[in-house]
Amino acid sequence: MIKTHLRQIRLHLGTHIDSLLLNFILALMMLGLVILYSASGQDLGKTTSQMVNMAVALILMWIVAKIPPPHLARFALPAYVLGLLLLIGVALFGDVSHGARRWLNIGIRIQPSEMMKLAVPLMLAWYLDRREKTLNLKDFGVAALMLLAPVGLIIKQPDLGTALLISAAGFYVLFLAGLSWRIILGMLIVAAASAPILWSLLHDYQRQRILTLIDPSQDPLGSGYHIIQSNIALGSGGVFGKGWFNGTQAHLDFLPERTTDFIFAVYAEEFGMAGNLILVALYVLVIGRGLVIAAKAPTLFSRLLAGGITLTFFTYAFVNMGMVSGILPVVGVPLPLISYGGTSMVTLLVGFGMLMSIQTHRKLVQS
Amino acid sequence: MNRPTELKNNQRELYYFRWRLGIAAACAVLLFTLLIGRFFFLQVVQHDYFSTLAENNRISIIPVIPNRGLILDRNGVVLAYNYSAYTLEITPSKVKRLDTTINDLATLVDIQPRDRKRFKKLLDESRNFESLPIRARLNDVEVARFAANRYRFPGVEIKARLFRHYPKGELASHAIGHIGRINDADLDQLEEADEMANYRGTDHIGKLGIEQSYEKQLHGTTGFEQVETDAGGHSLRVLNRRSPISGKNLTLTLDSRLQDVAEQAFGAHRGALVAIDPKNGEVLAFISKPGFDPNLFIDGIDPISWDTLNNSPDKPLNNRALRGQYPPGSTFKPFMALAGLELGKRTPSYTISDPGFFTLAGNAHHYRDWKPGGHGMVDLKKSITISCDTYYYGLANDLGPDNIFNFIGQFGFGKKTGIDIEGETSGLLPSREWKMKRYKQKWYAGDTISVGIGQGYNLATPLQLAFATAILANNGTAIRPHLVRSVRDAGASQEQLMPVKPAATLALKPENLALVREAMVAVTQPGGTAPRVGANAPYLTAGKTGTAQVIAIKQTEKYVESRVAERHRDHALFIAYAPADDPKIAFAILVENGGHGGSTAGPIARTLLDFYLLGKSPIPVLPAAEEEEGPHD
Repeated sequence: MIKTHLRQIRLHLGTHIDSLLLNFILALMMLGLVILYSASGQDLGKTTSQMVNMAVALILMWIVAKIPPPHLARFALPAYVLGLLLLIGVALFGDVSHGARRWLNIGIRIQPSEMMKLAVPLMLAWYLDRREKTLNLKDFGVAALMLLAPVGLIIKQPDLGTALLISAAGFYVLFLAGLSWRIILGMLIVAAASAPILWSLLHDYQRQRILTLIDPSQDPLGSGYHIIQSNIALGSGGVFGKGWFNGTQAHLDFLPERTTDFIFAVYAEEFGMAGNLILVALYVLVIGRGLVIAAKAPTLFSRLLAGGITLTFFTYAFVNMGMVSGILPVVGVPLPLISYGGTSMVTLLVGFGMLMSIQTHRKLVQS
Repeated sequence: MNRPTELKNNQRELYYFRWRLGIAAACAVLLFTLLIGRFFFLQVVQHDYFSTLAENNRISIIPVIPNRGLILDRNGVVLAYNYSAYTLEITPSKVKRLDTTINDLATLVDIQPRDRKRFKKLLDESRNFESLPIRARLNDVEVARFAANRYRFPGVEIKARLFRHYPKGELASHAIGHIGRINDADLDQLEEADEMANYRGTDHIGKLGIEQSYEKQLHGTTGFEQVETDAGGHSLRVLNRRSPISGKNLTLTLDSRLQDVAEQAFGAHRGALVAIDPKNGEVLAFISKPGFDPNLFIDGIDPISWDTLNNSPDKPLNNRALRGQYPPGSTFKPFMALAGLELGKRTPSYTISDPGFFTLAGNAHHYRDWKPGGHGMVDLKKSITISCDTYYYGLANDLGPDNIFNFIGQFGFGKKTGIDIEGETSGLLPSREWKMKRYKQKWYAGDTISVGIGQGYNLATPLQLAFATAILANNGTAIRPHLVRSVRDAGASQEQLMPVKPAATLALKPENLALVREAMVAVTQPGGTAPRVGANAPYLTAGKTGTAQVIAIKQTEKYVESRVAERHRDHALFIAYAPADDPKIAFAILVENGGHGGSTAGPIARTLLDFYLLGKSPIPVLPAAEEEEGPHD
């Protein structure tokens, strides 16, 4: 059994990479390094360390791409249960840093919410696939609970950005699995009605962020500062930008978090609207390729997983650019494949590995 | 199983999935389009507006620095205030060639070499992007000349600033202290105290004395102005403002006239004087001579003045009153006498026959009295009046080190007085434990003998001596000495008195106190060791002279003042309180290398007392006349 498995892997050593998707990803990574080098104040060390992050993430992607979707499905339940247990562990014994309890110290500090970004869509896709024949409202209800449990724990940490991304991922899977429109509509109505209750549950800083979005000038020194400054960065960039290294907003320290969550402001200032269109185009290519993979996927599990991962990637990009350009509240979501940081890079590329696996194992499964 | 149906189902399912995927994709495209619309709005439509914002039209937050509180003496005489003047300031990060710029500036404005050196020093210590003064207090002509040439000097500005000034210069400089520019160490402390926000825009901070200890009260609360500025950095309009709250004014306990009279009485002598109101712990005069001009330190002292002050053999920067530790010498004796009486080791009538030395049983070493041949029959009163060493050698031996440590310690020897300025040293009242810890040696009987006359390991600061004297004058009630009497919000009429910390009250028998007082009064009368202090005075003074040895004299040698280099001569000490029956002032005087206590410290004491008690202007200090004083005490 294991021997045949190994042979299978060896057989398909170079064949499980989707070159089209890989090329789009690599193009985004290159652009990311170019931006990071400027955003970090030409810090070669930081840029190099980001290259290492990318290399590690690419290797993981390559490994994941080799795993056939049925094997991936086997990881769903253990990964989800482990992730949930770790989240409970965080809530009970987690380390507090910057006012949020997000990390668990088990020799090394880990952030379990990060793995849930993949474990949740994996779990939901697996569960709905199992119930495929008799899929009914109750199954959707169970799936919704599977989604809400980790999301609730993460909101409490509090980590609004991650909770949002995981909710989105879970919702996409449910939506693609055919969640009835009536329920979606009902949920929207319930959401609107319960907004005041949700509002009261939010942390002060989270409320502040939403209020600030409505009128950033209310609090120019406090929470409105980020939005005002990044709007100035974008706006002053104009059509063609101020040129590489020439962003005054970025380099005069007006921009916060300029290598991580607000790196897009640096890019938009230095490369302008033209640069933004190029970036959006690259994201559209990645997302388009992902949607094509999902559309062609042979099983419900792989369809839902591919669709969920792709649409979550879109959410990443949209939320980050939306918050930097001032149409969404400031939540901690990095710009995918561009922002500095190893964790999100790994999560994203493991997700792409799954997409590639789904795409490249298609014929094998069908036959 | 019905295969075709399943296939059909699969087909339908796939179709349905793709339909949903299509909807999602459409949403994504829609949202991206919305985003691009936003980009278009920001980057094309509003580009000019944001460019202006980015380039010029920044909203800046300008801190409005509060006025530092004034420092006044107890009668309202101003000792530290602020005035507004123009400074020429350079922001080094905006200037390409500093040296050329300064040379060019020197053609317009008088810039001395010491200004340049001070600027260099500031540059080394400065924070980033800070503007540093190259010249302070520009006159109108200089301001006008620079203003006309301003365009030539980017990064150089004239600023109107508030300056601290100490109008009395050296007067009480060691008590008032001074402010100076904030350095890295100050920044660390501010950060730790979470005060950084309040010091935005503040360049100076209290570095020494009251300016340092009362920094919190003096500084005030920084205000802010939210200003719209144009390309040149000029403010266009104020959008929002929070006014600063000025620092509080401090009223000191010091009497600047008394301080002045006493400082002058020192003449060229080095030394210290601390005078306390024994009833409430108010420090009336706080002198360390020589002093220094605190004005020099405000904007960084120039290296020339620094060298002069720092390398002077007179050590003007040493706060002798607060930090100088000297053997208390014979000023220790009244406290020893009280210990003997209170602990039952001596009675008032107990009398010794003084041969001029003391020996321990089984030891040939002669502990010599300062008077060869001795004082004859000596009882407790006489032992203080004529300062008999032999009497105290014996008493110390009878008391033993533990009794001395415990009893004398109650008068504040060996511990800080807790005065409200920083840097106080604690002196030393030796104990068995201390000696074991310090020297890894046990206590010898001989150690006790020299401790008994305030020599040996004993060390006390002039402040401690004054405090101990005040406790004695106040019949055993100790009140923490303090320099600040009250604080007052700027503009407020209501003064807020600083709480006076009453320390312990010693349980002393009135008859013992009375006897020691009587003996100390006799010290300032004919037959005592300081008769000039009390001569023809309409009030009675209780005092005690003392001498602190600077170099050890060999057993066989005799100390002859004229043979010893001036700086190796003994320090003169004098403690006193007056009027003896209702003390209004208690003080300690130290005159470095002043020889014996009565002759150099005595006249200073008399001048001080005449001024404070009688309001008499200082009498010219007469050359030391021959007095019935021993060569030692």
